[in-house]
Amino acid sequence: MTAAVFFGCTFIAFGPAIALFLFTIAREPLRVIFLIAGAFFWLVSLLLSSLVWFISVQISNKDSAVQQKGLLIFGVVLSVLLQETFPMSHPPDLSGLGFGFMSGAFSVVNILADSVGPGTIGIHGDSQHYFLSSAFMTMAIILLHMFWGVVFFDACEKQQWWAVAAVVISHLVVSCLTFQNPEYVASLVPTYVILFLMGIWAFYSAGGSLRNLKLCLTCKDKDFLLANHRPR
Amino acid sequence: MLFVPVTLCMLLVVATIKSLHFYSDKTDQQLIYTPFTENTSSVGRRLLNSVLNAVVMIGVIVAMTVLLVFLYKYRCYKVIHGWLILSSLLLLFWFSFMYLSEVLKTYNVAMDYPTAGVLIWNFGAVGMACVHWKGPLALQQAYLIVVSALMALVFVKYLPEWSAWLILALVSVYDLVAVLSPKGPLRMLVETAQERNEPIFPALIYSSAMAWTTGPADGEPGRASDEEAEPSGRAAAAEDDDDEQEERGVKLGLGDFIFYSVLVGKAAAGGGDWNTTAACFVAILIGLCVTLLLLAIFKKALPALPISITFGLICYFATDSLARPFMDDLAAHHFYI
Repeated sequence: MTAAVFFGCTFIAFGPAIALFLFTIAREPLRVIFLIAGAFFWLVSLLLSSLVWFISVQISNKDSAVQQKGLLIFGVVLSVLLQETFPMSHPPDLSGLGFGFMSGAFSVVNILADSVGPGTIGIHGDSQHYFLSSAFMTMAIILLHMFWGVVFFDACEKQQWWAVAAVVISHLVVSCLTFQNPEYVASLVPTYVILFLMGIWAFYSAGGSLRNLKLCLTCKDKDFLLANHRPR
Repeated sequence: MLFVPVTLCMLLVVATIKSLHFYSDKTDQQLIYTPFTENTSSVGRRLLNSVLNAVVMIGVIVAMTVLLVFLYKYRCYKVIHGWLILSSLLLLFWFSFMYLSEVLKTYNVAMDYPTAGVLIWNFGAVGMACVHWKGPLALQQAYLIVVSALMALVFVKYLPEWSAWLILALVSVYDLVAVLSPKGPLRMLVETAQERNEPIFPALIYSSAMAWTTGPADGEPGRASDEEAEPSGRAAAAEDDDDEQEERGVKLGLGDFIFYSVLVGKAAAGGGDWNTTAACFVAILIGLCVTLLLLAIFKKALPALPISITFGLICYFATDSLARPFMDDLAAHHFYI
């Protein structure tokens, strides 16, 4: 594996997230603090769920592979549920992005570190697309976390419990889709469909509309221009 | 604010440890401050030795702090200046030469001694000038970060495993006591400096804004980190004597930088797992946020080590023993959460 694979996968996985960070967060220390707080809450939820998983593994039959896999699936579901119960701080997109960054980092950083070293992927018959699919999956997950955060917070504010349930269920669906790996097509395509739908939903709950979008893209949005001191 | 320098210092330490094997290789050499070896046959013996090591190290730190306060109180400024200049010479010339030679060895680049000499001379001389005399603020800050990173790397290399964790825990307790208790040496230092209306001993402190003195630059004592690891870890708000001054910089002791980086460095060196390193990193930054929040509420000198190191230690041990096997299993099956 080469540096090309490493850089390519890193940029695929973290590109959009870092762009979001640079354009919307980096200038204000307070926003950075919220981002890090989001990351920290994700970490705490991970630690709690891995504690439960660890205990359950210790008391289970270690030789049975089926049981171990079942326990792992249980661990994943528990982890998703715990993540959703953690208090979403305001602003929601930052805590969502914090969740996303941490989740993405934990999923993919070790893989990226391995990709710099020597070796050939899939030499024993495993899929050759391990790195690439990991990178795409990570990108989807990071963006999804942010969208989930926005929708979740908005739904909590407006007390629309069906929306909260929809967020939790879609998170579970995405995680469970990954159980089909290494059938990457079966897991990646639906994930991206869900990403697209959640993105649109988050856009509308954050107050966006087609009209805003048009104004923004043609640089005619007066509020945005005034806020950034740019002439039309 | 303070995130950028702390992050840079930690990143520098982690990057060095991951790329230069010198700093994470096991060595039997130990510092004189940790005289007991951890290469013993039984676990109990090893635990006892690491406790003794930690006690000796903390004893040395306490003694140095008390000595510093003593010298400051009795106005032995020349002795303090001499001490700081000597230690910053050691760091800027000797340790950076060691670092340069390890980098060259790792990347197998040949460099002749005259070139190395010129490089190190320039680096060190500019560092001494910036840190002890006058220089652009950004350059001064950069040198303080580099110096803290070098010191942290030395600790990561030469402190044995268990002793390092115990030392981190004990030094945060000491920090808490020394800054908050009425007879604590660091509190006395801060109060003496306030009585004399001098900057709170700008040496050994990283300041995020220029200290605007109203008079002629009255010998701003040297800024460098002490080789005997002055862990005067405390964050203090800059005193505004000048009404027109708008800048209110936050200050953080270099000892804080060093111990944060030691924690993250040890996490990176032991095992090579990036998840643990990332977890410790986030934990330390959150601890720093909480400390700064408390600073804004209480508006007096506060210890910066305890909260961050506590979070960091908890996250390190929890991630290493619980989250790592979980994440490894998930990655092996390619599941995502």
